Amino acid sequence: MNNELVGREFPPTAPYLVGREKVREFARAVFADAPQHTDVAAAQAAGYADVVAPPTFAMVIQDLTLQQLLAETDSGIVLARTIHAEQRFAYTRPIVAGDELVAKLAVTGIRTLGGNAMITSDATITDAAGEHVVTATSVLLVGQDAEEAK
Amino acid sequence: MRELTVGDVIAERTVHLTRESLVRYAGASGDFNPIHYRDDVAASVGLPGVLAHGMLTMGIASSVVLAALPADVRLIDYGVRFTKPVVVDPETGADVHVVAKVGVVDEQSARIDLTVKHAETTVLVKAQLRVAL
Repeated sequence: MNNELVGREFPPTAPYLVGREKVREFARAVFADAPQHTDVAAAQAAGYADVVAPPTFAMVIQDLTLQQLLAETDSGIVLARTIHAEQRFAYTRPIVAGDELVAKLAVTGIRTLGGNAMITSDATITDAAGEHVVTATSVLLVGQDAEEAK
Repeated sequence: MRELTVGDVIAERTVHLTRESLVRYAGASGDFNPIHYRDDVAASVGLPGVLAHGMLTMGIASSVVLAALPADVRLIDYGVRFTKPVVVDPETGADVHVVAKVGVVDEQSARIDLTVKHAETTVLVKAQLRVAL
């Protein structure tokens, strides 16, 4: 595993415009039946500008940063040997339809355990005004290469 | 917001997953890893069958909590560790059972502890969600 990934600068992802129907589609997929996810009037009555994305929707944005990580030719991360071990979201405010979000990737830690590596990365997600919305943290477990282990 | 008391179960639900649920989540999330819909690919990498996306299980668990709370409740953070996979049978599907219990309450927030099981096996650990009070 390449420890030089820690602290490397990555460009912000292209802006992602959160669509109302996308929020509804995602809510249906995760069995999110609270009304604020699909009903605009219910969302507005609860103080939101539009329908509210379920908490794990931030993964869709974080995924753009994980693609950046996988695209680094020296990352040593092989998708076929990678397991999603842990996931966290720390919210300043919920994501709502109409948000235009960008994410900035930071690899915060790499720990090697035997032949396996645990890679922790943050996606700091901000809105069009540059204000913090949510930080999504993934821990990926990259298994040992069967060839290298021989 | 209603009074939350440590130890109270605020929500409990069993969600039945089918292969259609996995394809729907793949489309909604953009995660098209074939181990979540192709038996041949799952078998080729040594898996016992097609697996539900971990993020689908995580998403279901927070959905169960949020449906039990008022719509204006703000989530502060939510985290899980993925321990065991949920194998979704092509014919019979799989049940995911979620229990949400109040773990800690302080002046600003409440921590909801989630127990998430499939076939009596815990699939998410340290599954905790904090909401502002």
